[in-house]
Amino acid sequence: MRPLFFYMDIFFGNVGKREAENVQNYEATIAAISTAVSNAGIGIVRMSGPEAFAIADRVYKGKKEKRLGDQKSHTIHYGYIVDGESMIDEVLVMLMRGPHSYTGEDTVEINCHGGVYVVKRVLELLISRGARPAEPGEFTKRAFLNGRLDLSQAEAVGDLIVSQNQYALRNSVSQLRGNIRDKIGGIREQIIYHTAFIETALDDPEHISVDGYGDKLRGIVENLLKELQKLIDTYDSGRIMKEGIQTVILGRPNAGKSSLMNVLLGEDRAIVTDIAGTTRDILEEHINLEGISLNIVDTAGIRQTQDVVEQIGVERARSYADQADLIIYVIDASMPLDENDHEILRLIEGKTSIILLNKSDLDTVVTEADVERMYFASIPSYTDTKEIKKFTIPVIPISATEKNGINLLEETLKLMFYEGNIAFNDEIYITNIRQKTALWDACSSLEKVIDSIEAGMPEDFYSIDLMDAYEALGRITGETMGEDLVNEIFSKFCMGK
Amino acid sequence: MRYSANSVWVNEDGYDVAVIGAGHAGCEAALASARLGFRTIVFTVSVDSIALMPCNPNIGGSSKGHLVREVDALGGEMGKVIDRTFIQSKMLNKSKGPAVHSLRAQADKAQYSRAMRQVLECQENLEIKQMEVVKILAEEGKVTGVQTYSGAVYPCRAVILCTGTYLKARCIYGEVSSNTGPNGLQAANHLTDSLKELGIRMYRFKTGTPARIDKNSVDFSKMEEQFGDERVVPFSFTTNPEDVQIDQVSCWLTYTNQKTHDIIRKNLDRSPLFSGMIEGTGPRYCPSIEDKVVKFADKDRHQVFIEPEGIETNEMYIGGMSSSLPEDVQYAMYRTVPGLENVKIVRNAYAIEYDCIDARQLKPSLEFRSIDGLFSGGQFNGSSGYEEAAAQGLIAGINAARKLQGKEPVVLDRSEAYIGVLIDDLVTKESHEPYRMMTSRAEYRLLLRQDNADQRLTKLGYEIGLISRERYERLLKKEELIRAEIERLNLTNVGNTDKVQTLLETCKSTPLASGASLAELIRRPELSYRMLEEIDEKRPRFPEELSDEVIDQVEISIKYDGYISRQKKQVEQFKKLENKKIPEDIDYDKVRSLRIEAVQKLKEYRPVSIGQASRISGVSPADISVLLVYLGGK
Repeated sequence: MRPLFFYMDIFFGNVGKREAENVQNYEATIAAISTAVSNAGIGIVRMSGPEAFAIADRVYKGKKEKRLGDQKSHTIHYGYIVDGESMIDEVLVMLMRGPHSYTGEDTVEINCHGGVYVVKRVLELLISRGARPAEPGEFTKRAFLNGRLDLSQAEAVGDLIVSQNQYALRNSVSQLRGNIRDKIGGIREQIIYHTAFIETALDDPEHISVDGYGDKLRGIVENLLKELQKLIDTYDSGRIMKEGIQTVILGRPNAGKSSLMNVLLGEDRAIVTDIAGTTRDILEEHINLEGISLNIVDTAGIRQTQDVVEQIGVERARSYADQADLIIYVIDASMPLDENDHEILRLIEGKTSIILLNKSDLDTVVTEADVERMYFASIPSYTDTKEIKKFTIPVIPISATEKNGINLLEETLKLMFYEGNIAFNDEIYITNIRQKTALWDACSSLEKVIDSIEAGMPEDFYSIDLMDAYEALGRITGETMGEDLVNEIFSKFCMGK
Repeated sequence: MRYSANSVWVNEDGYDVAVIGAGHAGCEAALASARLGFRTIVFTVSVDSIALMPCNPNIGGSSKGHLVREVDALGGEMGKVIDRTFIQSKMLNKSKGPAVHSLRAQADKAQYSRAMRQVLECQENLEIKQMEVVKILAEEGKVTGVQTYSGAVYPCRAVILCTGTYLKARCIYGEVSSNTGPNGLQAANHLTDSLKELGIRMYRFKTGTPARIDKNSVDFSKMEEQFGDERVVPFSFTTNPEDVQIDQVSCWLTYTNQKTHDIIRKNLDRSPLFSGMIEGTGPRYCPSIEDKVVKFADKDRHQVFIEPEGIETNEMYIGGMSSSLPEDVQYAMYRTVPGLENVKIVRNAYAIEYDCIDARQLKPSLEFRSIDGLFSGGQFNGSSGYEEAAAQGLIAGINAARKLQGKEPVVLDRSEAYIGVLIDDLVTKESHEPYRMMTSRAEYRLLLRQDNADQRLTKLGYEIGLISRERYERLLKKEELIRAEIERLNLTNVGNTDKVQTLLETCKSTPLASGASLAELIRRPELSYRMLEEIDEKRPRFPEELSDEVIDQVEISIKYDGYISRQKKQVEQFKKLENKKIPEDIDYDKVRSLRIEAVQKLKEYRPVSIGQASRISGVSPADISVLLVYLGGK
């Protein structure tokens, strides 16, 4: 009998009408970063599955010409991970042949040295060479199904799968900003509309003709491909791919959030004026502090407001704060604290935060003690229980315009990071890479549609690949296909009889 | 005179199988069971309505033609009968890929019905009985017989319900409603109660049919004539193609217009559908003309096909204009259509409501999960269409017989046949309207073609016992010829000789730079197997009766090889899930970490495989994973 895992990955795609169809590697080799991504030193990328050795050979270059596939089990090899001509990292590669590995399958572990960014590059490279991002709990699941774990652990594995899936799903959905979701939704709508048209014509050829539709469809599909490519580029440029510590800057309007961002970035990226409420949308930037990667989001100032546009900005700021790994709260120390600060303090409760007393160059009226007092006053549980709590949030006076105190901020950040107070949310990265894989899949299906049109294939061949693309995009938005096509046919087109 | 409770007459002729209803499902079911050696009795409310076609006068059409071919390959009767009684035939979608080519024939309805009746009458082991069945008798969850309206009891070991649209049927147009089955035939008003007593969940569905008109009142000069194909292809793999080259009759095309739509809109409030008099759920795919006018308000005209109902009748069918509007509105609207200005209506259009079941109560074998030996097929299962009915009837008949033989049921999966898709959808998916087959429902349609139905299913038909040895051997021979020829074409190379280049030029194909195999040339869209004859010197001669079929298969296999092998890979994956069976006695409450909704759904459907479970709505991928882990740990 075949090991059960051969059936497994199908379930994590999209189990809709074509459940099994869209998972391309059913005996997939999976890969993931297996160390916590929170320290900048060594990181391990683990790969498991029948192709593990072969895929490793596609990216590994040893001192001498050697194939990892020819090496003995449980050996370690020094060399480089290369992407074509370019070297990505100097590594140690550990080989374990199934069944003598954790998962019971052929397993390769790549020890990288180049820090967080490089570890991710290595993972992406493996995926582009044939591995698939591992699903939550998948290594453990395979281990169990291959008899490497005790049977009594079955239920624990089940729980793990469920909880991790819920977590990943929540994460991926929360990550999809409205515009991305809308864009993918729009592309899906177009795909299914045209598929439904073709299918209606095939089902009812005497009423509806699809002759010559290829020419029209070609233009449409080419446009869709361009849109998808743009989305993929967006992922690459890191605007969606939230690599690094998800950092959100909060504060009242005109507290100096944008100035701080500019100082950190070293460029005038955010619009800075003296008018409160200038940053109406969200600005995102990526900075690297001596190996620590921060993904910084500048938000609109939080205050009660009538302005609709600004209100939306404030709402977003709140939701970003909910998902943040780190919150930097900027206080305008030249103005007394007010109910808006009260509100923000409630927001940062229980989160990893740093408080900055900005405008230290001006006459300051707010002290650390003021902040501490208001913090405890904001949190009902503290006032109720009278429990003595230590105020642990670092408070740093700075001047964003004069660039005073920035060094101290950076030092504090590094300290918090290395002491493990700030951690990456690696799941976000994983879901991102999954989304990107789905975009790739959708593109390759649409390219097949173009190929079919060019080869002069009849129209019924187009819809097969169109639906594959539709399904792949559904994996991103978490939507299954179900009866979508049939419903679209009936609702948009008039059939005969 | 009915028998009273204490003086029941028991028929002691010793039937094995009772089939209730002799429509398209009932006929196939009864024939299959009788042919497999079981004493079978088929009940019908009217012997004159055996294999009646109460709606459109066609067999086949997109995806339905596939079903007829599959029924034929398994040893069913529909294809053979329509080959003898059609009056026009067309291969639809001929300019499209082979997967969607679909045969559709106009039937002579009366002849079709008579021909099928005769097949039943001549079948050994099969008896026809005109009588309404009112009760299914069961003891301890096992079928023991049926009781008729007269009170008589017919003991039997299996029952197949094929009641079509007759259960508590009601026909409606305007404010007129009568409790009759199609065509004014007697409805079956008692059986529903008996089924409910057995715990079976019932639905109420609705469908409709257009008016029939008198040919002499139609002005054909205002319509476009629609001819049949010049060369007709038979449905049945056993029919000699020469026998179907007959003189065909024409159909006619005309259109509705603004005036038609105005009349309909003005009278919408008089439609029983809009007034709420009809409670049943109608199909979205064959909307009435009033539905179309409302739903597709921007369309300024709809096509109308005028089709003959037979040779020995002047009645014609108005395809595209089914309706349940009042009689006066029907006259007014039909008479706005060019060519129908003076039309005489023979039979009014009507909507019909009927009881059917929620087919999720069935196993994929079409046996009720809760009642041993009770099977069902056709419109009773919530489908629509003659072909869908025939396909289910055949499978129900086969499986009732196999049950009595003590054999495993025949279950076709989604990768093997449209029949598999049809039944899997019916027993797995929640449906709110009569189910119609469509090619877009078949995931693997490149493999499930009408042209290869014999290659897909004849072997199975032979193993079941409905296909003769001779027919099976013919198939084996055909397959061998196909295999050998594909191999030869892949291995035979031609160079860039003058002869080759000239031929390519005449065919508007790019000349060869170097050598190429014949298969590579056939793969070019502008070239075909037959076109290459001149440069293919060693081409074998195939036996006359197989030649066309072999060449077609060779050509399709080579031309679409890339797509076909891709689908085959997908099928392999699909099969892995289907083959992972779930034990019948699984206790879902004991599977920890399954979500509550999933537990409920799984308990309700009791899927036979992981594959089937994954298609149930409300069962998530994570649930499936949990289930697998649970089964893996067992």
